[in-house]
Amino acid sequence: MPDAFVYDHVRTPRGRGKPDGALHEVSTVRLAAIVLAALRERNDLDTALVDDVVLGCVDPVGEAGGDVARAAVFAAGWDRRVAGVQINRFCASGLEAVNMAAAAVMSGQHELVVAGGVESMSRVGIGASGGAWPVDPWVALPSSFLPQGVAADLIATKYGFSRDDVDAYAVESQRRAAQAWAEGRFARSVVPVCDGLGIPLLARDEHMRPGTDLRALAALEPSFRALGEQAGFDAVAIAAHPEIEAVRHVHHAGNSSGIVDGASAVLIGSEEAGEAAGLTPRARIRAFVSTGSDPALMLTGPVDATDKLLRRARASLADVDLFEINEAFSAVVLRTVQAFELDPDEVNVNGGAIAMGHPLGATGAMLLGTLLDELERRDLACGLVAMCIGAGMGTATLIERV
Amino acid sequence: MQTFGPLDLGCFRFEAGDDGVAVLTWDTPGRSMNVIAEWAIEELDAVLARVVDDAAITGVVVVSAKAEFSGGADLALIERLIADYRAAAAADAVAAATALFERSRRLSVLYRRIETCGKPWVVAIAGRCLGGGLELALAAHARVAADDGATRIGLPEVKVGLFPGAGGTQRVMRMLEPERALTFLTGGREHGTAEAAALGLVDRVVPRERLVDEARAMIAAGIETVKPWDRSGFRPPGGGGPYTPAGYRFWPAAIARYRQETSDNYPAVRLLLRAAFEGLQLPIDRALTVESRLFAELLAGPEAAAMIRTVFAEKRALDRLVRRPAGVPHRLPDTVGVLGAGFMGSAIAAALALAGFEVVLVDRDAAAASRGRETALAGLAERVRVRHLEGAAAEAAMRCLTAGEGTEALSGAGLVIEAVFEDAATKRAALAAISDVVADDAVIATNTSALPLAGLADAVRRPERFLGLHFFSPVDRMRLVEVIRGGETDDATLALALDVVGRLGKTPIVVADGRGFYVSRVVAAYVGEGVRMLTEGVPPAMVETVGRLAGMPTGPLALADEIGLDVAWRVVEASLAGAASSGDPVARVFSALAPERGRLGRKGGAGFYDYPAGGRKALWPGLAGFVGRPRPAETIRVEGLKQRFLVVQALETVRALVEGVVADAREADVGSVLGFGFPAFTGGTASYVDGLGTARFAAMCSELADRHGERFRPPMLLAELAAGGGTLRGRFAVA
Repeated sequence: MPDAFVYDHVRTPRGRGKPDGALHEVSTVRLAAIVLAALRERNDLDTALVDDVVLGCVDPVGEAGGDVARAAVFAAGWDRRVAGVQINRFCASGLEAVNMAAAAVMSGQHELVVAGGVESMSRVGIGASGGAWPVDPWVALPSSFLPQGVAADLIATKYGFSRDDVDAYAVESQRRAAQAWAEGRFARSVVPVCDGLGIPLLARDEHMRPGTDLRALAALEPSFRALGEQAGFDAVAIAAHPEIEAVRHVHHAGNSSGIVDGASAVLIGSEEAGEAAGLTPRARIRAFVSTGSDPALMLTGPVDATDKLLRRARASLADVDLFEINEAFSAVVLRTVQAFELDPDEVNVNGGAIAMGHPLGATGAMLLGTLLDELERRDLACGLVAMCIGAGMGTATLIERV
Repeated sequence: MQTFGPLDLGCFRFEAGDDGVAVLTWDTPGRSMNVIAEWAIEELDAVLARVVDDAAITGVVVVSAKAEFSGGADLALIERLIADYRAAAAADAVAAATALFERSRRLSVLYRRIETCGKPWVVAIAGRCLGGGLELALAAHARVAADDGATRIGLPEVKVGLFPGAGGTQRVMRMLEPERALTFLTGGREHGTAEAAALGLVDRVVPRERLVDEARAMIAAGIETVKPWDRSGFRPPGGGGPYTPAGYRFWPAAIARYRQETSDNYPAVRLLLRAAFEGLQLPIDRALTVESRLFAELLAGPEAAAMIRTVFAEKRALDRLVRRPAGVPHRLPDTVGVLGAGFMGSAIAAALALAGFEVVLVDRDAAAASRGRETALAGLAERVRVRHLEGAAAEAAMRCLTAGEGTEALSGAGLVIEAVFEDAATKRAALAAISDVVADDAVIATNTSALPLAGLADAVRRPERFLGLHFFSPVDRMRLVEVIRGGETDDATLALALDVVGRLGKTPIVVADGRGFYVSRVVAAYVGEGVRMLTEGVPPAMVETVGRLAGMPTGPLALADEIGLDVAWRVVEASLAGAASSGDPVARVFSALAPERGRLGRKGGAGFYDYPAGGRKALWPGLAGFVGRPRPAETIRVEGLKQRFLVVQALETVRALVEGVVADAREADVGSVLGFGFPAFTGGTASYVDGLGTARFAAMCSELADRHGERFRPPMLLAELAAGGGTLRGRFAVA
């Protein structure tokens, strides 16, 4: 079976996902085209060698609809023989794109594939693509549908994370992200978004609030209390986890992932394809999994996925040097760290989505890139990315440097 | 010009005026209420054909000849559909289902043909217009309602385990914005004319005597005969259906609230939600088909049949006093005395006064009696305020209710209900005092939840005129009265008590004397099982939540707090007869809480829960201190706990039947649902057993006994029934 190697990765900076955000005037397709164009330029890539572009996108409607990956191939001026496919595994779409690209390479059916994702949350809007899960009684009942924030609060309640715990984690995310930017740790991967004349629109992650402290966060009201208590969602949570007397609502905008715009791309290929294109492999994709998890807790998928991944890879936690666990909410990371007794100093070492934002479909490929850059900077071997997913799923990927 | 003559079909009479408007008068023979049975459907079908064929008819006014418009579908018809389906399903499941689908949607199809017949139909509503009756009105082109308090509309189907299956879900969802529509459909509540008009379900409101004139005038003025949903471009109100931004705001919370309120135990509401949700995405005809499919699916399941039988048929039999001794002349006392003007006594007095009895309320002194009367009046006023009661009815009741001084004031009463503190000595003294003053033929009743009559009867001079009446709290809302026949109670006494309960509009069950009678005994089993789970290391919140998930209205620990932990402790002590109690885990918990720590339950502000002033009650964190640290929730099977909660109650019911405390399985069913909220979807405690099958239930009990203790060991009789394929309802049936 051929190995799948990572040759390069790029991402845009993440723009605040509101009409006043720097990337609001940039369409979804252009965001995606920017990372494709960057991959070509940086690697002097003959795009005719690329079989497919796999892009994650969680709300693929309107400008993001109708196969945004194929649209991006045109917008980036790539060879028209490059196919494109848009995929959706909610918040792990970007990582799933990587895994699918790797699978195509490992199976010998594709040689060179771009995997990534794109989301303009400011332009399309979270939830714009709808779907049956929250509204169709046939689905919402067996899946114990909850708003994600209520599920995150359920995790905090069930596993004993206080408001102080989740806030402290958020403060640390901000501190680490600020330090990473200050030390230029993202410099290799982030490509500025510019207009047609080359005037930069955004060069740094826009959502960060460096210097955030516990006191500032303590002033924020929990965001999901009203939904939980008045709309009946706490009762749904308790019905699924009956040992809980009352859900403690601890999450708010300051300890949840930010709503942002952004795109990412990873170039993945076989050894031969890399040689043909004159590329040097940076890491091997060792294993990947996706799994369903408890739908009411919804966001504990990283625990289930990590378990499954390590079994699949016949690896142990001790083999893993660094972890990226998507910071959808503080409690997600805290629970994963708790479940495996991880060393917090090996997890999300450069901050995460609480500080920098979570452009839904793009984040997975960003995390993979961030992890690889950091493994190289520290000269470590092995890293693991795990992501929580709506409706109770987890996706995880294990990489090792070559 | 009139070309058609009158038509008299049986249920319906049909007469035309000079204006071409046909008045269709609904008057089901032999019934006090118009109900929709198969022959009514056939007649209405014939009427429709006539209306369509006769060019001279310009419109139809539907009116009832009875005080009420219609009670809706005849539930006996629904029961027949279910029985036929079950009989046929074994041979050919799809053919049986198809027949059920076709037959159960006949009314829906007919109503749709009325809606699209091209001529205006106006329904003139006076009195109650419910269920299928209201669905006819909704299919019609306009609704005129009388402006009196007796006129009420509603879709109560969910209360008997059904949903409105004759277009009701589709038309209401298309007439009202979704929040109001679903509340109307799932709440099952009756709405007065003003409320119905404000909602938009009634078009005109006029005095009763002007209904037909107004309807005629509306037809004369012209009524649109094409419904909004039959025109192109129709969008459902409130944002345009489920897959819209408004839909995404509405549906998730609507589904969550359904689960919160029902623990997803009620398929009628679940399928109603689906009918509404799926129907809104379809053109009306396909939407009606989907509604019909889901309605048939509902009828095919066990819950609808169980609920109709218990909540409707069996309850109706009990309301008709099936247990009343035959041959005793009907006799109601003019005056009823109530001794004990506390919380229960004053509420019982209010209920009696509302039913038209002259009531004398007495307590240890005149001041206490007066305070009790004031309490009763305040309760009535509050019910008027929240519109559960007409002002005039409350005023009449107030006039019937007097406070008396001393037990002598009870001397003229034909029935005296003793409602003093639940303590044998106190009750004996009160009963003796009553007995001293009343006439020889007066009946004396004690209101007790658990004290055996055997220990009270010798306090009265004539024990044959003595019995127990167990009222439930809150008296105005609880429909059940447990009538306890003592060892010496004679037929005339029982008959009089039943007549009074019937007059109160409540449902009686007749039980024999014994500790806890039926209701308290089963409640004690439920509470005891919950406490036992605590001692096994089940987290307290899990005990409570799973009790509710099983379908009970209250968790067992919260219920124990309501009853009072001192009371619960004494009950357990008494049932264990002293010595054995020290080893009993349930007794140990009650004793640790009540006598040792003074945690007496809600009344004392502390029990299994803490009751912070102004705050929400919360489980007492100290529980872990003496029941031990809870086990991890993941190691405990929720389904197993749910099963124990239901089985322990059903098994206690079987014992009550075997011991003759309860004579008729129907009384066990109705008593369990109305008395302590045993989940109605099961049909009640006895139906739960029969629904599983006695063999399977017995096996389940044996397995639980092996695992959890001898309290689950099934009695011999259950094994006998199981072996013969018998049912509780077959074995325990009086008359």
